[in-house]
Amino acid sequence: MGSREKILQAIKQNKPAAVPLPQVPSFSRMTDDPLNTFVETLTSIGGHVVVNDFSQLKNFLVQQKKDGLQVINGVEELADYNIFAYKTYKAIDLESVDTVVIKGKIAVAENGSIWVTDSSISNRVLPFICERLIIVIDEANIVATMHEAYEKIKIDEEGYGVFIAGPSKTADIEQSLVIGAHGPLSLQVYIV
Amino acid sequence: MNRVVEHSEEAAAFLKDEKRAAWHDETLWFVRAKRDKAAHKVADWEELRETASQIKDHTLSNLDEYLIQFEKKAKENGIIVHWASDGNEHNQIVYDILTKNNVKHVVKSKSMLTEECQLNHFLHYKGMAVVDTDLGEYIVQLRHEQPSHIVLPAIHLKKEDVSKTFHEHLHTEKDNIDPTYLTRAARKVLREKFITADAAITGVNFAIAETGGFVICTNEGNADLGAHANKIHIACMGIEKIIPKAEHLGVFLRLLARSATGQPITTYSSHFHRPKEGQQMHIVLVDNGRTRQLGREEFRNSLKCIRCAACFNTCPVYRRSGGHSYHNSVAGPIGAILAPNLDMKANADLPFASTLCGSCTNVCPVKINIHEQLWSWRQILMKEGYGGFAKKSAMKTMAAVLSNSGLYRLSGKMGRRFMGWFPALINNKLNPWSKQRDMPAPPKQSFNEWYKNNRKNG
Amino acid sequence: MKVGLFIPCYVDQFYPQVAIATLQLLEKHGCEVHYPLHQTCCGQPMANAGFASFSAGCDKNFTNNFSGFDYIVSPSGSCVLHIKEHLHNNGKPEQATHVRHHIYELTEFLTDILKIENITASFPHRVGLHISCHGQRMLHLSSMSEKVEPSFSKAEQLLNGVKGLQLLKPKRVDECCGFGGTFCVTEEAVSVQMGKDRVTEHKANNVEYITGGDMSCLMHLEGILKRQKSAVKIVHIAEILNAQ
Repeated sequence: MGSREKILQAIKQNKPAAVPLPQVPSFSRMTDDPLNTFVETLTSIGGHVVVNDFSQLKNFLVQQKKDGLQVINGVEELADYNIFAYKTYKAIDLESVDTVVIKGKIAVAENGSIWVTDSSISNRVLPFICERLIIVIDEANIVATMHEAYEKIKIDEEGYGVFIAGPSKTADIEQSLVIGAHGPLSLQVYIV
Repeated sequence: MNRVVEHSEEAAAFLKDEKRAAWHDETLWFVRAKRDKAAHKVADWEELRETASQIKDHTLSNLDEYLIQFEKKAKENGIIVHWASDGNEHNQIVYDILTKNNVKHVVKSKSMLTEECQLNHFLHYKGMAVVDTDLGEYIVQLRHEQPSHIVLPAIHLKKEDVSKTFHEHLHTEKDNIDPTYLTRAARKVLREKFITADAAITGVNFAIAETGGFVICTNEGNADLGAHANKIHIACMGIEKIIPKAEHLGVFLRLLARSATGQPITTYSSHFHRPKEGQQMHIVLVDNGRTRQLGREEFRNSLKCIRCAACFNTCPVYRRSGGHSYHNSVAGPIGAILAPNLDMKANADLPFASTLCGSCTNVCPVKINIHEQLWSWRQILMKEGYGGFAKKSAMKTMAAVLSNSGLYRLSGKMGRRFMGWFPALINNKLNPWSKQRDMPAPPKQSFNEWYKNNRKNG
Repeated sequence: MKVGLFIPCYVDQFYPQVAIATLQLLEKHGCEVHYPLHQTCCGQPMANAGFASFSAGCDKNFTNNFSGFDYIVSPSGSCVLHIKEHLHNNGKPEQATHVRHHIYELTEFLTDILKIENITASFPHRVGLHISCHGQRMLHLSSMSEKVEPSFSKAEQLLNGVKGLQLLKPKRVDECCGFGGTFCVTEEAVSVQMGKDRVTEHKANNVEYITGGDMSCLMHLEGILKRQKSAVKIVHIAEILNAQ
């Protein structure tokens, strides 16, 4: 008997009598003002949020390029929409990327996270290997809680999806918070 | 795993460095306080815990069916599914995948399961280089130590220790103890490892039966960098990590980070369902004693654990004894109820490393009755003879005295000053009570004697 | 109301004044209190050490002594908890069930059964409150900091009515003191460190006394205070509530 059968048989033998699956109750939404709660929460975990000022982003990207920094853009409304050119790039060829701009699908007020998937990031390594990550999100797509978020998304619709909440961070040295661990050193979110 | 030293001895050694021990206690208490603050922001917190607990209860009672469902869906998604009965088989499976693909360099993000199976040791022995990429794990790996905490692996170290280790291995500036400087130094070295490795190993926080995918939570982004930068991704999980549906992630992700560190969510909650083009994605489902624990009625719900470590941070004993004193890959209260299932003899001391204060049970986001299980393990371990003959006979004597009114009064009278029948209160230099505490002053008469002298209606 | 007074073994032997205070307090509030003379111990020391199987004798003795009362009251949350959770008597299962269901820790008996609202006691001192774990987390004598629940405390409710008493809470309001039964000797180092930390926080509040509902925790703290030659004294809550 293989391990698969052995394990399944042991479970059958040892598991308790069936316990019903509970309904997930409708939990409190925690906020009546998802936009402000989102901004507050994301700011508190190290993100930088700009509301209704798309031109600021445009100017920022222009400056980045002027400074000779590599920008990969996944937002059609911005100049040089080039993210899909990098779809099959290896990590080693993306080491020098400074800024990646992507579109978020759903933002969650209670924890400041944003759902992004394969179709918005093109290459899975991009949001992690860049120094600076910028996410653009539509205000209408901010929900209150994770429960609402999972109602709206289908997690297996695409091969990969991730909730991103702030820049990468660690506190593994004496519990001192350091922003910028292995992933981006900063996260900017533009709400439009 | 062979136990050399008892928890109590390791704990005493840990407490010798008073300043460091006080720092350890304070720091972890601060994490607990952050957890409290985060929990109190969620008005439905207790209902959320109850729901999570019930989902897990249900899942355990249908675990075989959910595993089959998960396997089917995962295969449809293009994930290669493996089954391992024990740690050894798990290690062999991982090794076979790596050798079949000519892998030389491996990056690994945090996985308590691979710690439990001692995968690093196994692969090292086979000549394969594995680099732990979680910063805390990287630090302890460089120092040839074990993680002392499942969420904060290097919490037993001070920044001076890390500075010294990095100076030795990464040639950072001597005595530069700035956490940002040290973190950046590791980032630079590990970036190189991520992009030059041939394969990535990760853990799994949740596997979803209905969709055949899995979720990994990190703050550093190391699991993602490894998994996305490499052509082979091997995810290793204990079979108890299954949850039925996607909607349940809403419940568990709301609880996990808040319970662990007080964050509303980890920076990355990554959902893997299909490998990227040209990539192999493997998942190894591991038993290693879990089905045995499932069969132990009193202990089965320890399998509900989502590894948040809230019970570590709240445990007054853990905070004052450090993770290494538990001599098990998972320390703390939850480790103390998981470990005896793996090896009763080696871990017979762990269920006694608790005052049974019950704080663990009440912070647990999936409502595991940890303190009750500690109590139950004590009964089983003593019944099985792991307490030793001396303890058993002492307890027998004590029980005999305490159940007999005459004997009890007599020994009280003779030995009020000594209470010889109560092992806690033997008043001699060898008695641990008196080492740092005074004995209560013996009164002239017991209450029983007072009552007989002053009242008649007894 | 016929009340059986259960005095834990170490209180009987070391702290008779706590038992006397409990007796007088209950009588003061109109209870007909009986103290069965042949009582010994609840059996918890063995059970928590892993030898619950040895406590049949204690269980039998306990049932024999206490099954004839409307209520059984004891000035110890820990011992009461043990009886509630673990008392079994195969020979007299009904009597054992009666005992398990009618045993109360002193403060909960005062607030929940006697429904005392105004305590007539006076204790003009700065008093630190030590919350004992078994009473708090298992008997629910007060809310706990781990949980998201309305705050309440039966001990505080009573102490707030004591004339002149100034109640002070340590920084970590409900951390364990480290007594833990045989833990206090088998894990001596951790046990003492936990106790020292509690004492330090109470001292920071300049308390004159540390009080609580479990004499075992207080005995442990007293041992540390005495070794430190501290002026801070311990006093059981029954003594305060009975003080004039």
